[in-house]
Amino acid sequence: MSATFLDTNELELNMGPQHPSTHGVLRVILKLDGEKVLGTECVIGYLHRGVEKIAEARTYQQFAPYVDRMDYISAVSNGLGYCLAVEKLLNVTATPRARAVRVILTELNRIASHLFWLGTHALDIGATTPLFYCLREREEVLKIFENYCGARLTTHAFRIGGLQYELYAGFEDQVRAFCGSFPGRVDEYEELLTHNRIWTSRLRGVGILNAEECKRFGVTGPVLRAAGVAWDLRKAQPYSGYEQYEFHVPTGEAGDTYDRYLVRVREMRESVRIIEQALAMLPSGPVMAKVPKVIKPAPGEVYVSIEAPKGELGYYVVSDGGKNPYRVRVRPPSFLNLQALDTMCRGALVADVVAIIGTIDMVMGEVDR
Amino acid sequence: MSEVPTAHTPKVHAHAPAEMAVETWESALTGRLAARFGGGISRFGSYLGQPFLEARADLTLDVLRFLRDEEAFDFLVDLTAVDRPGHAERFELVYILYSFASNERIRVKTRVGDGVAAPSVTGVYPAADWLEREVFDMFGIGFAGHPKLRRILLPDDWSGHPLRRETSILAMDQDWVRRNLGIESGQ
Repeated sequence: MSATFLDTNELELNMGPQHPSTHGVLRVILKLDGEKVLGTECVIGYLHRGVEKIAEARTYQQFAPYVDRMDYISAVSNGLGYCLAVEKLLNVTATPRARAVRVILTELNRIASHLFWLGTHALDIGATTPLFYCLREREEVLKIFENYCGARLTTHAFRIGGLQYELYAGFEDQVRAFCGSFPGRVDEYEELLTHNRIWTSRLRGVGILNAEECKRFGVTGPVLRAAGVAWDLRKAQPYSGYEQYEFHVPTGEAGDTYDRYLVRVREMRESVRIIEQALAMLPSGPVMAKVPKVIKPAPGEVYVSIEAPKGELGYYVVSDGGKNPYRVRVRPPSFLNLQALDTMCRGALVADVVAIIGTIDMVMGEVDR
Repeated sequence: MSEVPTAHTPKVHAHAPAEMAVETWESALTGRLAARFGGGISRFGSYLGQPFLEARADLTLDVLRFLRDEEAFDFLVDLTAVDRPGHAERFELVYILYSFASNERIRVKTRVGDGVAAPSVTGVYPAADWLEREVFDMFGIGFAGHPKLRRILLPDDWSGHPLRRETSILAMDQDWVRRNLGIESGQ
């Protein structure tokens, strides 16, 4: 074979699993023509711990802390979904006060999750400052979690049937203060990024995923909404009392990385509105519903899902009447959203892959479980 | 607190799960499905307000295509399996579908025996690609027609399928662990 020095070859390049922009241990095999991406393949599973298998040998209560360790950036959401699923299986509803507190903590967690996403995403693109700003505000949220339940990340904040702990003295003031200052902080991030020329040119038109493709690949959450579908489980199938609160579902049009940025930023503002309303109408009363000490749901199965920060987080729980769940299946939003990576990356540049991985906002703990 | 409602304390054994108290699911949709598939759908049920149907495995593709094209269930939420070793066809495949148009969720369930491949639904719902790979990885259920049926979460050279009921969490592929990680205990 005679090759002149002008010949070019397609190149296969490994990105990850040890790469700062893959947000955990994700390995992406890139097929490249120069800088252009011809195709990608994800290699996942590095963080697989067999969470669904572990559930078979735990009681319903014992399994609850494990779900925190899937999407560890939004452990509170994970816990809410699991508790709601088991409550549905038991045909129990949490008390009004517990439901409102759950909404407050879950929305705080949505803010914390979006902040962590924004800071790291901006860092990937080359903007260092937003990371420090975002983590500063996230810290305030984590402190509230710590004051409430003693943990910052793997919170195990909720119990099946409601809450274990009553709110601490000063909780409401602390959350109100946060809600007071936070929108101004979001303005600061937007000042840094929204009209920043580097930011817009790196994000606009990159990693487009239209509504049709989102539905085909099972993509949910901000990625779906940025494609123009105003679908949010908090509105579509409200749970935990979300129907009482007034909030918008921000959507985009282009379905690109920039629109996904805008959607998440607006979602943080909407979360503040929800928290303020929940605080204003926080009911009094017990925080725990009547739930048997030994949870043995009647034989049956339910699928319950919530709008987690990343998308639809579902639990399919099967009971055989015993004290351990017969099967717990987690429908991880990150896993399904990541599946669309290949479609989003084709034709893009290598540098765009970094932006696209960031914009999917997946957490490998949840992808691999 | 210690008294437990009787509904929650059925007498059961680990490997012969009691039947769930299913209500019949009847709606315009079930009428159309019954008219189209007749005995191919053996049951329309509902538990705690969540409807499901049980179809013959060889009809999976037809039923899903019908639901997608004629009934606007255009979104595959999840695809998973449940292992029930007592049954002749031990694996229950569960397809959770959602319709954006009607804001409804339904479950389609089929059964396959050990060593029998289920039809791959990747042609109907591309989202099934990774989901079927995960079911293959965890249960060892094959999917005929899947473009690239390989393990997804566990290493390619792993042996065994963890979510089969008989697989003990302490007795996973210890040889693999010894070989690749150099951990003597294999744990």
